[in-house]
Amino acid sequence: MTTDSLPVNASQNGLRARLARFWEPYRSVPLLGWLIALLVSVGLEQLVGRPLAWALGMSKIPALFGIVVILDKPLLIPSALLYTILIYLLPMAIVARLLTGFSNRLARRLLQYPLIVSALVHLVLAYAVLYLWTDISDYRLLVARLTMIAIIVTLSLNVVNGYMGEFSCSHPGFMSLGAYTASVFTLVLFINDNRFGEAILPTSWGPFFFPIGLILGGVVSAIGALLVAIPSFRTRGDYLAIISLAFMFIVKSLFENLEVFGGARGISSQPDYATLPVVFVWTVLSVWIINNFVRSTLGKALNAVRDDEMAAEAMTVNTRKTKMVAFLFAAFWAGVAGGLFAHVLRYINPDTFGIRKLAEVLAMVYFGGLNSVTGSIVGAVGLTLISEALRPLEIYKWIIIPVMLILIMIYRPTGLVAFTEFDVKSLFQPKEAAEKGADHGAA
Amino acid sequence: MALLEVHNMTHWFGGLRAVHNFNLTLEAGQIRGLIGPNGAGKTTIFNLITGIYHPTEGRVVLDGEDITALSPNQIADRGMSRTFQNLRLWRYLTVLEHVKMARYSKLTYGLVGAFFDTPKREAEEKASTEMAMELLELVGVAHWADQLVTSLPYGAQRRVELARALATEPKVLLLDEPTAGMNPEELIQMMEIIRKVHSQFGMAIFLIEHRMKFVMELCEIIQTLNFGEVIAEGTPDEIRNNPVVIEAYLGKEVET
Ligand SMILES: Nc1ncnc2c1ncn2[C@@H]1O[C@H](COP(=O)(O)OP(=O)(O)OP(=O)(O)O)[C@@H](O)[C@H]1O
Ligand SMILES: [Mg+2]
Repeated sequence: MTTDSLPVNASQNGLRARLARFWEPYRSVPLLGWLIALLVSVGLEQLVGRPLAWALGMSKIPALFGIVVILDKPLLIPSALLYTILIYLLPMAIVARLLTGFSNRLARRLLQYPLIVSALVHLVLAYAVLYLWTDISDYRLLVARLTMIAIIVTLSLNVVNGYMGEFSCSHPGFMSLGAYTASVFTLVLFINDNRFGEAILPTSWGPFFFPIGLILGGVVSAIGALLVAIPSFRTRGDYLAIISLAFMFIVKSLFENLEVFGGARGISSQPDYATLPVVFVWTVLSVWIINNFVRSTLGKALNAVRDDEMAAEAMTVNTRKTKMVAFLFAAFWAGVAGGLFAHVLRYINPDTFGIRKLAEVLAMVYFGGLNSVTGSIVGAVGLTLISEALRPLEIYKWIIIPVMLILIMIYRPTGLVAFTEFDVKSLFQPKEAAEKGADHGAA
Repeated sequence: MALLEVHNMTHWFGGLRAVHNFNLTLEAGQIRGLIGPNGAGKTTIFNLITGIYHPTEGRVVLDGEDITALSPNQIADRGMSRTFQNLRLWRYLTVLEHVKMARYSKLTYGLVGAFFDTPKREAEEKASTEMAMELLELVGVAHWADQLVTSLPYGAQRRVELARALATEPKVLLLDEPTAGMNPEELIQMMEIIRKVHSQFGMAIFLIEHRMKFVMELCEIIQTLNFGEVIAEGTPDEIRNNPVVIEAYLGKEVET
């Protein structure tokens, strides 16, 4: 090794080099390997998580890798950290390393079949991880589902604000249209409740018809989007920001004043249809469809419109149609997410979908990264974790999140992982080149 | 009937008459030039023909169809393509994606294909990639296909714009100062490329140029514009020796 003989003058350099050398073998771990390692960790937690937590002086398993205790119970930080190392970091490091060869071979083998086979294997593994992880506590189950919904919302807003480069503020409004539509759908048809009366159809049918309710929510939300899109995209200029903001407030006060929908008190006791598998499937579906769209030439037209609208028009791109379609498409997914959201919380009111929600979603989009599927996932997950960590601050959280948003827009205007392409096929690829490198090193 | 006809086109920008009573007949396969001092209204004429502005008066007829009121994308789809004087490329698209984008209106897979990645979409995208690569090959930038355009040298960016314009399969190609900012070597290359493109596809070309050598060598007929009006029209030899043209250019020099 030549690096060893190099004089290390700065200790920081030495540390960085050591970290890099430590990380080197992990470069050849494919996604499949990481998923298996995670599965081992969550399995381990099932077996020894509780006793270990007690032994470390905690009353229960740290819910989010110790993030929640940071502000809540700072004294428990060392215990939570140790727990996370013992259950997650260490086992994952060992398993990922040991199974590097195996997981690479498996990944290569899977890719010999149609891509769908690899996709399904990865998804089943991911779901198994999620299932075991959320099995520990209701809190985790709630956070996991809300995070996945946040991914749908963030990604759909990224289509407009990132890929298309406009600035839309109406996403909470679209979510609320979807949430109310889906709630009314399930409550009227399948549930005996005191607001909408007797169920029209057998209650047991409910879960099977739930997707229709969600799609209906998406469609209503897309129709709402039409009201924003028609005046906004008629002329060039930055009307969208202002019109969409107005739309959000109009939807909010509409629901506040409609007594049928409970007015300001909102609607509650939605059935528990948005279970983990349901939310998981919808999230996967939305990521897949949105990613397909933004990678097609029809979707890339959004980028062309953003970067130079006149050139796009001159190259046969129907820019008005492109914008309309993208905006309605984004609204559809926000509506679906709203429907899921209502059936996770099982209580919504007009205030749920106000300016706070807007700040949260915008922060997720701009923090994660514009024009990037990976960025949206990073943004949604990252901001959910931060938001949970800040929960003890209560109302002050709503000062910190907007301030963060402003700082991000100043110092990293495109976000953490911006302008990347999400190529499913390369995601499932074995890390062959790196693996060969490692073999050479060993020889 | 000619391929492209412009009848008595006049355009006002508020109180400024940028184009006055402009007429044009462009036959299929013909190469014509448009010259004139800065601010004469040349680019405005291109913008009027391609639908970016709609003329205050007059008509534009392409292949027998009145396209005066159509939007730029419709006009482009009907076979009128162009390049821009100041490059108009898309910052975050690769070279290949630029050329493929110009196939937008020819794609038939629709939203279903876009959302669900159907076999039809795969096939169409693949065909469009192949066509785009051929065009990039033709203009000599194929080896940069996967780069962002911003990372290319200026001359290469101009060629990407040309390849992109060709991908719409134009019957009429409008080139707005295709050699602006190029060094003499790049200029010769560009001239060769335009000749090659013309002999291969045989479309009509209408080009704006300041470099006399370039216009004189390529064009059959040249129009000279000054203050939005055609002051002379003829073969390169006629234009070269026309005192009105010389005065328009000299006059401009005296002013500046
Ligand atoms: N959008 C616009 N609004 C107002 N005036 C304009 C507009 N576009 C062009 N003009 C004016 O119209 C006149 C003609 O401009 P044009 O760009 O067509 O000239 P040109 O012949 O292409 O010049 P150059 O050789 O410098 O490119 C100029 O006086 C210009 O200032
Ligand atoms: Mg010009």
